[in-house]
Amino acid sequence: MRLYRNLSIRQKQIVWAWTFLSLPVLFYVVIRFYPTGNAIVISFQDWNLLGDRTWAGLENYRKLVADPVFWKVFGNTFQYLLIGTPISLVISFVIAYHLDRVRFAHGFMRMLYFLPFMTSAVAMAWVWRWFYQPVPIGLFNNFLASMGIPQVKFLASTTNALPAILAPAVWAGLGFQIIIFMAGLRAIPPSYYEAARIDGVSWWTVLWEITIPLLKPTIVFIVVFSSIGFLRIFDTVFNMTSTNPGGPLNSTKPLVLMIYQTAFTSFDMGYAAAQTVVLFLVLLVVSLLQLWILRDK
Amino acid sequence: MAVAEEIRASSETLLDRKATRRPANLGQIIRWTILFLGGILMVMPIAFMISTSLKWPHEVYNLNLIPEEPTLDNYRYVLEDGRFYWWFLNSLIIATITTLSNVFFDSLIGYTLCKFRFPGRYIVFIAILSTLMIPTEMLVIPWYLMSQQFGWLDTYWGIMFPGLMTAFGTFLMKQFFETVPDDFIEAARIDGLNEFQIWWTVAMPLVRPALAALAIFVFLGNWTAFIWPLIVTNSTEHYTLPVGLSSFGDEADVAWELIMTGAAISTLPTLIVFLIFQRFIIRGVVMAGLKG
Repeated sequence: MRLYRNLSIRQKQIVWAWTFLSLPVLFYVVIRFYPTGNAIVISFQDWNLLGDRTWAGLENYRKLVADPVFWKVFGNTFQYLLIGTPISLVISFVIAYHLDRVRFAHGFMRMLYFLPFMTSAVAMAWVWRWFYQPVPIGLFNNFLASMGIPQVKFLASTTNALPAILAPAVWAGLGFQIIIFMAGLRAIPPSYYEAARIDGVSWWTVLWEITIPLLKPTIVFIVVFSSIGFLRIFDTVFNMTSTNPGGPLNSTKPLVLMIYQTAFTSFDMGYAAAQTVVLFLVLLVVSLLQLWILRDK
Repeated sequence: MAVAEEIRASSETLLDRKATRRPANLGQIIRWTILFLGGILMVMPIAFMISTSLKWPHEVYNLNLIPEEPTLDNYRYVLEDGRFYWWFLNSLIIATITTLSNVFFDSLIGYTLCKFRFPGRYIVFIAILSTLMIPTEMLVIPWYLMSQQFGWLDTYWGIMFPGLMTAFGTFLMKQFFETVPDDFIEAARIDGLNEFQIWWTVAMPLVRPALAALAIFVFLGNWTAFIWPLIVTNSTEHYTLPVGLSSFGDEADVAWELIMTGAAISTLPTLIVFLIFQRFIIRGVVMAGLKG
């Protein structure tokens, strides 16, 4: 205690700062950094959880490149990204743009659009799974039948299943994106719009020359955020296809589901770790690429 | 009912405005109507989930949204089964403890990085920032091995430990502590408070809205978390609601109305909380989204 009293104010600050940070630093080292390194190390090993860990060099990565299932899964993951991100971006912008101009029952409308964001992906996957069932069970097909329209195979078809699974994922994320877009729209100074009105510019020009350029930071945020979400899709796919995860015929399987199965169904830890390293690199490249494309010029 | 009243009340203000200001043009009305129908469409899956959970088996596959004879039988059945009690309790305990831990530690780290000058500050900052780039999925295998080694598999601690602190929360809080004037802290120091007291009694109350935003995000995230609880639990009584619901739905003989009941049980708490604190939650989400 006397030792502490003799310290200068600056030194006391240092002592306090490191006291506050001691537990967090321990946490980050043990729960974040060590596992990250460990994942990379395991990706160069061969290990089935029971036997010994043996070095495999690049074997896991070689196996990955030669694995047709991996390329199928890789393609699926990018389909989720490349269909999901633009669709949700456009829909949420259009809704936010118009919702921003609605004065009347504004809060109520905003609530309707935001509500799906507060649900759990697993619960909603089961709800949508029920919607997609064939007659006489599923809501959609019952509806089509009542209109006299032929049945649609949703989850049982290799071509329809992926979009059918993507729909609830897009639906659940819209509310968040709409709210962020509306906040972005509010942040644009009204004086720009007034100037445009005085100049007699059409609304279309205003949209493309004022609104969208000034919304750029918001758009970058939403694109990066939703891309990461789609690249990591798992809950929805797993629960909507749980009788045959990722099926039919791997047509809906994303990378995270493949990782889960390799690690916790086949217990091929080295191979699974190599897949997680690939996922990490994909996320890194996609985020950096988007930040670079959408950067301020 | 509430909808009708909302429309009536608002249509009166609209008529009122018509008299004093420019008339509500046709475009405005069309825009409102389309947005309203879109909004109704958005909540349809939730509405059908709730409506089906209140239906008798013979009515489940009808298209009507309002049950002919509403019943709580499905809820009675699911709750008598007992497992949902446990799953609900597990989710509640885990989400609550994780939220408290994040509110405490994330703001402590954020405050330290924001208000203290000390050697190593920049390195700690960059190190925590860099963990944002690492996806959870990359860590689940090492976490699983760690849990296996230390006997954390199938325990509350095992489910919770990865989420006790988050880099996202730390940066959110750091941003908000920037708004706390250094003079306040200086004044408290002169008054003889120690650094912990300054943080807890002076700085923390000033960032209460941010703490609430953080709490909402962390709670919702842990309430709905799936992949890690799925991996780390293996006995039914340790499942969280999403894992429990997933295994419940996979049981061969389970009827859809019971699955919808389970889905409703795991969704309604967050929906109700949202409906009560709507304004507040939306503001928090915007704050966390834009600053974090």
